[in-house]
Amino acid sequence: MIPAAFDYKRAGSAAEAISLVSEYGDDAKFLAGGHSLLPLMKLRLAAPGVLVDIGRLTDLSYIRDAGDHIAIGALTRHMDVEKSPVLAQHVPLLACAAGHVGDPQVRHRGTIGGSIAHADPASDLPATTLALGATYVVQGASGTREIAAKDFYKGFLESALRPDEMLTEIRVPKMHGAGWSFQKFNRRAQDWAIVGVAAWRRGSESGVGLVNMGSTPVLASSVASAIASGASVADAAQKASAEAEPQSDLNATSDYRKHLASVLVRRALDEASK
Amino acid sequence: MKISVTVNGEKRDSDIEPRTLLVQYIRENLELTGTNVGCDTSSCGACSMHMNGEAVKSCTVLAVQADGCDITTIEGLAKGDKMHPMQEAFMQNHGLQCGYCTPGMVMAAISLLKENPNPTEEDVRIGLEGNLCRCTGYHNIVQSVLACAKAGK
Repeated sequence: MIPAAFDYKRAGSAAEAISLVSEYGDDAKFLAGGHSLLPLMKLRLAAPGVLVDIGRLTDLSYIRDAGDHIAIGALTRHMDVEKSPVLAQHVPLLACAAGHVGDPQVRHRGTIGGSIAHADPASDLPATTLALGATYVVQGASGTREIAAKDFYKGFLESALRPDEMLTEIRVPKMHGAGWSFQKFNRRAQDWAIVGVAAWRRGSESGVGLVNMGSTPVLASSVASAIASGASVADAAQKASAEAEPQSDLNATSDYRKHLASVLVRRALDEASK
Repeated sequence: MKISVTVNGEKRDSDIEPRTLLVQYIRENLELTGTNVGCDTSSCGACSMHMNGEAVKSCTVLAVQADGCDITTIEGLAKGDKMHPMQEAFMQNHGLQCGYCTPGMVMAAISLLKENPNPTEEDVRIGLEGNLCRCTGYHNIVQSVLACAKAGK
């Protein structure tokens, strides 16, 4: 399958990329690693008239200790997130989740910024950064702004990004030794999660993100509230689907997903509570 | 659009449509048909080749993204009549049945050993998660990769 024809523009800087998409408007899409966008284009589910290639903006590929958080450049590849010693030390949950994205070939090309900007509820990193309370930095023609992960996801493949804005950095708070777990349930090793759970816990504080449990990645706030008010892991896990409206598809019905979410949240919090 | 790609050590200059996939460019423009297309949806790994030394699924990369890059395909592994140690290991350990997944398996396996030269059997099985063998010949594929790693090549 070959994508529909498009014009290809290669940006030499973030500013040039933003100016290019501003010029072409809704018809333009950013191309980073292409591992979310190109499959959609091959299936004609997307047919942008212009692709602005930002894949060579190597100055947006970095992982830095920024004091209370780790700053990750949007063009950092999944493999570099997975293998980062800085993340292994300070945000091991994110490094682990990145290691579950696709397979090694996909992780050699796909980027954390691309995955988040694509806002696919079935992707591992949106839900994981949501659970971790991340902040996304976006740059547009009129300047830079920060968007909290919990305010970013608006609908299926829809985010708070404006058409002329580019995600440039992901800021993830350090975990300070919190327990954590990443659970991914799928039929084959490299598949998307049928349901996935990213969770961390430090005493009465916790964060739980759900993968593929609705039209957006889901922050399971009711689980965290239950843990905060002293509920057992088993009781808190029963609230896994309180914020979720999971879809039915070939892999699972909505009810099956809800059941699976409660089981996986229990397992994740058990592991994170050790 | 004009691109310049180094393929198996040789610089190739081409003028292609931006929507040309890397695998299509390699197979149809350069006529290197050793790389197979299986699923065409970045699931099966048959089209794996190396881009700047790392395995990628070339059905999900545009040829324009490979402009200026180093590409190695299965044809670029042997030195004359001497097979690459991974190809040799696949032959010695009967790491193939129908052979369709083999070029991708070999490219993925070389990339795997570059990142983890001394893998356990589990490391190999997880490391090759992006490559499917419809003959289900995984046992000998894994043995081949372990044998290659053990030989320290």
